[in-house]
Amino acid sequence: MEVLKRVSIKEQEPEKRVNNFDEVCLGYSSDEAVQEALRCLECKNAPCIKGCPVEVKIPEFIRLIKEKKFKESYLKILETNLLPAICGRVCPQETQCEKNCVRGIKGEPIAIGKLERFVADWFRQNCEFEFEKPESNGKKVAIIGSGPAGLSCASSLAKLGYEVVIFEAFHKLGGVLYYGIPEFRLPKEVVEWEIENLKKMGVEFRTNMVFGKTFDLEDLKQEGFEAVFISSGAGLPNFLNIEGELLNGIYSANEFLTRVNLMKAYKFPEYDTPIKLGKKVGVIGGGNVAMDAARVARRLGSEVYILYRRTEAEMPARKEEIDHAKEEGIKILELVSPVRFMGDETGHVRALELVKMQLSQPDSSGRRSVKPIDGSNFIFEADNFIVAIGQSPNPLVKKAIPELELNPNGSIKVNENLMTNVEGVFAGGDIVTGAATVILAMGMGKKAAENIDKYIMCS
Amino acid sequence: MNEIVIKQNIVPNVWLMGIYSPQVAKKAKPGQFVILRVTETGERIPLTIADFDSDKGIVFIIFQVVGKTTSILSTLNIGDSIADFVGPLGMPYEQDSNDKSYLFIAGGLGIPAIYSKVKMLHSQGKDIEIIVGGRSKENIFFEEELRKYCSSLYISTNDGSYGQKGLVTDILTQLLENGKRYDEIFAVGPVLMMKAVVDITKKYGIKTLVSLNPIMVDGTGMCGGCRVKIGNEIKFACVDGPIFNGFEVDFDGLMKRNSYYQDLENLSYKEHKCKIGLGE
Repeated sequence: MEVLKRVSIKEQEPEKRVNNFDEVCLGYSSDEAVQEALRCLECKNAPCIKGCPVEVKIPEFIRLIKEKKFKESYLKILETNLLPAICGRVCPQETQCEKNCVRGIKGEPIAIGKLERFVADWFRQNCEFEFEKPESNGKKVAIIGSGPAGLSCASSLAKLGYEVVIFEAFHKLGGVLYYGIPEFRLPKEVVEWEIENLKKMGVEFRTNMVFGKTFDLEDLKQEGFEAVFISSGAGLPNFLNIEGELLNGIYSANEFLTRVNLMKAYKFPEYDTPIKLGKKVGVIGGGNVAMDAARVARRLGSEVYILYRRTEAEMPARKEEIDHAKEEGIKILELVSPVRFMGDETGHVRALELVKMQLSQPDSSGRRSVKPIDGSNFIFEADNFIVAIGQSPNPLVKKAIPELELNPNGSIKVNENLMTNVEGVFAGGDIVTGAATVILAMGMGKKAAENIDKYIMCS
Repeated sequence: MNEIVIKQNIVPNVWLMGIYSPQVAKKAKPGQFVILRVTETGERIPLTIADFDSDKGIVFIIFQVVGKTTSILSTLNIGDSIADFVGPLGMPYEQDSNDKSYLFIAGGLGIPAIYSKVKMLHSQGKDIEIIVGGRSKENIFFEEELRKYCSSLYISTNDGSYGQKGLVTDILTQLLENGKRYDEIFAVGPVLMMKAVVDITKKYGIKTLVSLNPIMVDGTGMCGGCRVKIGNEIKFACVDGPIFNGFEVDFDGLMKRNSYYQDLENLSYKEHKCKIGLGE
């Protein structure tokens, strides 16, 4: 066994996977997982744990894999992380736990994420989730939004004996895990399984409930909730504010992904929600959402280009996502910035004028800025464009609680305990941080739960 | 939840339904809308709240059968439930307390959209006139209900089968030319109609509001599909609207955006009709 190298993991071949929405990564077999686990040095000081926002007991769960105690391994992860099957798939391990892995100094770090995913999948396929519900402490907590922050907060509170209700605006549960992350990266079946487990823990879910519209803070107080955790997500999609953005054929990544992931437009007309995508598609942006949108568009049969202001090296997307996108034939156009969309007489977009950009020297923060090169404008023709340049906080929350203090960018202001300026109202996830990662949101959900517990028990 | 408790065929192809949804009925205000999904494979469509009864927990919607979703909905009966019913969404109608006289103009399916506003303003003792228009006599409905709340009700039909022959804007022009003035004009109906109304009222400088119904998916400000140009700004009809100052709306842009999925919607409706044996 080559101890410096990872046990390679099976993936669907690119030529095959661009024609389906099935998961790309096929996961480790038991033998492969054990082999990979055997590479772990079980460092005493466990630097990997320091890289994990929820401090998964990494060397311990890996040791249990070595001993082929997969169930025990899963339960070990579960002690600190509610959603292993999800985190094993979507966490940016390369910048977190795996970045700190001592094996990574000379060779490749342990595939911690892939091992986490393995035990979670093994457990899901071989075991029944059992949870001994603690005696209720009679205290009720409301959670707004069923995304990663809300789910993680709910789980922590349920373990402490709280009666938790999650309110979800959509008809499906999971928030961004459902409408945002595509099936080929995170199967909906996995999300649904995790949510079923939460139900077994006694968490109640109410769908079609829009905070600030269907119900407000006063309603929650009247129903006897003693604390509220707002984890309603990132919200309004940003647009470029350039000419022609209202033309048909231009989607926000949110709309595009919601139509496909939540409404299953890729199965039209079996499902009623339509999507229209032509032969050639340009995706604007360089984050994970841009990669997801590009790869979905590729699977719908289009030739896809990612248009990005900086270079691939500066892209905020995970390297794995960028690599997968490139393997699938998606092309990246670096150092270009949108100037204006151009359409035809029917109001449909036909092209985007781009200007070439150049990178400057890194500034004090180490980030390189870009500036346009005068006179370098050119026309990029495409049938559709998808704008994936981030989101701004949803205004509905502020309308529901007018006295709520916001940061200048519109996100919710919280103190070190994640409490807002409104007594008993906590917030976390993208509505506080701006669009970030699943694991960061989960970390905040967990932290909020601890503070909500302190708040309720002390008052 | 979401049970159909009232169903009435108002005019051919147009249905009124009362949906049992206490949470929506409790919060609903004139001017707001709901998003509903009829079946598990269905799409989310926005519909104006025509009226609501907070005590009984009922929300009234009125819809015309124009595609697959509305077709399926129309075949459901009292006692059936629909998959999802979310709301109330959008900003409620806000009136200026100084305004005393109102002219409402409703074309076709715009009628339900004015009903609850008219009722509310009438209860405040405001003076209300209404113009209602449709293609033909069979497209005019709610006449008696509206008459209760207004001082004058004018009717126009394109073919002259009922009321004055012509368009609602013909009546509007006559009223204004005869010296009638209003503090506020509120128009709801096809985009072309609202545009034509605004073209006239602009000349007279009379404040004109319109209620838009663009393509939507989530209805909560998440997808941006319903974006419309209002003045020089891009607004989301679901959270900023659906009511806007008519003078500022880019109606041409809205019309183009609303037509985007027409071919696919027709295809889906056609397939559905074949499946249920209606054929062409």
